[in-house]
Amino acid sequence: MEISPEYAVQMHGIVKTFGSFCALDQVHLDVKKGSIHAILGENGAGKSTLMNVLYGLYQADAGEIFLNGEKVAIKNPNDAIARGIGMVHQHFMLVDNFTVTENIILGKEVTGQFGVLDMKKAREDVLKIVEEYGLEVDPDAKIEDVSVGMQQRVEILKALYRGADILILDEPTAVLTPQEIGELIEIMRGLAENGKTIIIITHKLKEIQSSSDVCTIIRRGQYIDTFPVHDVSEEELATKMVGHQVKLVVDKTPAEPGDVVFEIENLTVKDERGLEAVKSLSLRVRRGEIVGIAGVDGNGQKELVEAITCLTKVESGTIRINGTEIQNTTPRNVIEHKISTIHEDRQRRGLVMPFTVAENTVLEKYRSSQFSRRGMLLLDKITAFAKRLVEDYDIRPADCEGHPARGLSGGNQQKVIIAREISNDPDLLIAVQPTRGLDVGAIEYVHKMLVQERDKGKGILLVSLELDEILNVADTVCVIYGGAITGTFTQEEADENTVGLLMAGGKRNENAG
Amino acid sequence: MLTSILLLVGITMMYSTPLVFGALGGVISERSGVINIGIEGMMTMGALTAASVSYYTGNPWLGFLAAGAAGAAIALLHAIASITFNADQTISGIAINLLGPGFALFFCRLLFDNAAMTPPVKTLPKLFGENAFHGTPAESLNVDVTVLLALIATVVIWFVLYKTKWGLRIRSVGEYPAAADTLGINVTRTRYLCVLMSGVMAGFGGASMTLAIISQFNQTAISGQGFIALAAVIFGKWTPYGAYGACMLFGLAQALTVVLGGSDSSVTLPSQILAMLPYVLTIIVLVLFVGRSVAPKADGVPYEKGER
Amino acid sequence: MKTLVKILKKPITSTLIAVLFGFLVAAIVLILAGYNPIQAFGALFNGIFSKPKYISNVIIKATPIILTGLSVAFAYKTGLFNIGAEGQYIAGTVFSVLVGVKLDLAPVFQIPIVVLAGVLGGALFGGMVGLLKARFGIHEVITSIMLNWIGLYLCNFIVNSEAYHKPNSTASLPVNASSYTMLLPQWKASPEGIAVLKPHQWLYDMLVRTDVNFGILIAIVMVAVIWVLLYRSTKGYELRAVGFNRDAAEFSGINVSRNIIDAMLIAGALSGLAGALAITGTAPHGISTLAAFENNGFNGLSVALIAGSSPVGCVFAGLLFGGLLYGGQSVQQVVGAPTEIINIMIGTIVFFVALTRIVPILADRLGKRGTEHAN
Repeated sequence: MEISPEYAVQMHGIVKTFGSFCALDQVHLDVKKGSIHAILGENGAGKSTLMNVLYGLYQADAGEIFLNGEKVAIKNPNDAIARGIGMVHQHFMLVDNFTVTENIILGKEVTGQFGVLDMKKAREDVLKIVEEYGLEVDPDAKIEDVSVGMQQRVEILKALYRGADILILDEPTAVLTPQEIGELIEIMRGLAENGKTIIIITHKLKEIQSSSDVCTIIRRGQYIDTFPVHDVSEEELATKMVGHQVKLVVDKTPAEPGDVVFEIENLTVKDERGLEAVKSLSLRVRRGEIVGIAGVDGNGQKELVEAITCLTKVESGTIRINGTEIQNTTPRNVIEHKISTIHEDRQRRGLVMPFTVAENTVLEKYRSSQFSRRGMLLLDKITAFAKRLVEDYDIRPADCEGHPARGLSGGNQQKVIIAREISNDPDLLIAVQPTRGLDVGAIEYVHKMLVQERDKGKGILLVSLELDEILNVADTVCVIYGGAITGTFTQEEADENTVGLLMAGGKRNENAG
Repeated sequence: MLTSILLLVGITMMYSTPLVFGALGGVISERSGVINIGIEGMMTMGALTAASVSYYTGNPWLGFLAAGAAGAAIALLHAIASITFNADQTISGIAINLLGPGFALFFCRLLFDNAAMTPPVKTLPKLFGENAFHGTPAESLNVDVTVLLALIATVVIWFVLYKTKWGLRIRSVGEYPAAADTLGINVTRTRYLCVLMSGVMAGFGGASMTLAIISQFNQTAISGQGFIALAAVIFGKWTPYGAYGACMLFGLAQALTVVLGGSDSSVTLPSQILAMLPYVLTIIVLVLFVGRSVAPKADGVPYEKGER
Repeated sequence: MKTLVKILKKPITSTLIAVLFGFLVAAIVLILAGYNPIQAFGALFNGIFSKPKYISNVIIKATPIILTGLSVAFAYKTGLFNIGAEGQYIAGTVFSVLVGVKLDLAPVFQIPIVVLAGVLGGALFGGMVGLLKARFGIHEVITSIMLNWIGLYLCNFIVNSEAYHKPNSTASLPVNASSYTMLLPQWKASPEGIAVLKPHQWLYDMLVRTDVNFGILIAIVMVAVIWVLLYRSTKGYELRAVGFNRDAAEFSGINVSRNIIDAMLIAGALSGLAGALAITGTAPHGISTLAAFENNGFNGLSVALIAGSSPVGCVFAGLLFGGLLYGGQSVQQVVGAPTEIINIMIGTIVFFVALTRIVPILADRLGKRGTEHAN
């Protein structure tokens, strides 16, 4: 494509390698001024790398970048900022214990003499932009105290405060509710109308059609195609992204629920600050059923899971597995009562990274007579067990039982956790955000495993922030809001709008009233 | 009674001053995300440099400044290891604690005819002149000028950390270096500066021992002060005022043992038990009042670009 | 290429490189100060190897720091930084003296009781740190530093107490001879013993003129015990899991508090054992007033670091360290260079140990580049 000032960004023939790994191979990108341009690709396809090159965090090995038709060299984020490029990273780049204002001005501070901060003026400056673009934030709140949606607005404000004309948003919707996603799209439209150019990186197909004008697809570091999004269907997008046909719906038969295996009654749990995070919550899971908990982050999911797994104290209420109360006992007691949990945070809760895969597979059962005798580990048995799991669950590389877990890819780490938890032969399997950060193939695999366990007659409790996942996988959908279940639906009844509204705190019969 | 109280105040100030400088050094470095366990070694280097320069030039102020430079010089090693080479900061700090006293005594022996101590050296002045309040109870308040310098340093460092743009940047680098990096803040340079400054402060701490309290350098001039300072950093929750307070508390406990252990005292505890008090007290205070203290999030974590 | 990469990736290679740098830097410092480094190192090695007596003194010097090193290394493997080995060591000496002076049984009972008393003292100090961390969340580094000083003054208190003070000295009474763990302590001093040994000069040198004792054997046994505990037992599995990832360990049902306390108890016991064996195995078999730390614990820190926290490595690092400390004394006698050159050398070694962690990483890259070319 020829170079023209009509385009805000043109990246031509970008190549970037990390050691022997080629992350970007001759990738092109042409973004029209004032448009919203999506870059679509799977995890690890190279989308973020491309944008990090544009933002000066990486240097391309080859290729040229043009801004408004002019060839530029962007050596570091300072260059990018000076040229009007702003970036909102997927993991927010916010300092938790700084205020909103401090985060926005960091690096471009408002100062009086001798570098002394003028926080009053800074606050005013921030409020000015807030009003101009209609991005509501509390300038004095600390980041750790505000919602994820507001944190994202702070990130956008950071870019605007630096005079950004080109705004890069990396997976901006990953953490938002359907309603918040709607608001974000509004914000993006408003910014585009104001002449800003917006690039969003995403692997979510649905949002592309509602938010973007044009889409560029990248697959394994290769440029695939660029086209207006209105011309294609979601399935076509998916096929182009993955490179082969994919099923967007989970393959499963209707549930045949049995007895109640797990029951929570009037559970109340306080969070770290002593506020009630879970309030009188009741819930039941039957054998052979997947119960999905849909909700926006921070509505008590974390505390609910911690209460079930006895990591936190229960104020009142009961939690029963097979009729036995387990609340306020110990994590080990919970596991012994046949509850297994796939935790959302692989790195922190799921695996001991420096341990070998084999050591990780026995994290909950190293003391059982199967793997130890008189306080000594039976290493041969542990290795044999791990070998079997590696084979059964197709964990790669195939001989990885002696490797440290940290060397495995995210998807394979997740497989180790799933293999371990399922091998516990639980009556209740809790899966919290089990597909976070995984690519399409791995997501399909995880969902298949959950359904398979359900069909073996186990109760499954799926907690996820991704509404699509809940709607696709769960047989029963419960909405959690403000620490309580505010609605329960069968899979057929549950549709995105009703559930989404409840997730945002709306009432079920709002329209009727 | 009044005399005892004034004496108590005076001794508290005296004992706490080297600790305050050391702890401030720790605060600066750790605020930027580099654990500095090597304060002790840096203080020892400062202590020797201060005494030798004062001895040879007759100017204790030159000695004081040279001590800062010596502290920075040895801190540079720590910076190179922990920032440029992403080395384990604890190990590097311990190496500094071995190298500091090693070099200090080595040079001491070279300079002073194989003796492990310097001759008495010219010291820094007292706050109100050499003979002010002589013979009055207020004499014990005529403390070393370093006491005032330590207080000033605390206020200045607090001001810089919390009221200026550099402070905002330093703290952001210690909390979330990747965020600072994306905003064009140079993480490496910021950390280097902070570690070097921490060496300067620790050097001053050593100097305030040899140029004020004991008037010479010897093998035990710095014996554990750097570690107490380290504890004060944690105790004071990584803030300048907190660290200052922690050092004062420690100084007070030491002063109490001196005053209570005096010959005219009515307390009859053995002196060794009294000497234990400051340390026991610190633990008790921690149990009762402080509990968990939270370090800067990126403290001790090397920053590598692209690891997000 | 491949073998080179393999060699570079071995932890021992990094350590050897660090030791090499230690000598190199020391040589430069010596030259700058006007001494002949070759002479100095010659004196050092002579001071270590030239007589059997020297060798056994090196071993005697190394024994306590192997154990305190093991204590630090063990704690490190469980995620704790045991800067309190010094205080635990002192506690070990104090408790051994407390019991060993008052009690006088047959050696077969006396020795275990006196040694266990020291172990208990160290464990008490270590356990306190663990307890305060587990129950109140107080950083182990602060409590350890405080306890080091408490240990020092406790020692001075006991030395100066009426019941234990040795008149006209700055030392305590020695423990009863029934507690001694030297090799044949009575026999080698008796006329018959001397008569037997006298013809064998090197034996006589080693046995009679030094405090050769069983400590080193016990230290080596403890290294084996700790290795088995860490890598072969369920307890060790728990301790390491807690050390590497407290959250994951907690989540999978491991009692984190219990394991922190246990880890510090064991670490403290090892340092206490070092102190106890120093009392029972070497003159003056008692404690003395301490003006400053004797660094038996702090040196353990360096030993553990040089050993890369490997229990087995602690034996070699401890011997190296003991050799440098003991042999270093002759550097001053022979060349007149300050003995502190040894501290500089040790500091440099530790410094490069910190740096050489990157050698395996570099080797990894080198290896990757190698395979690339091969493809």
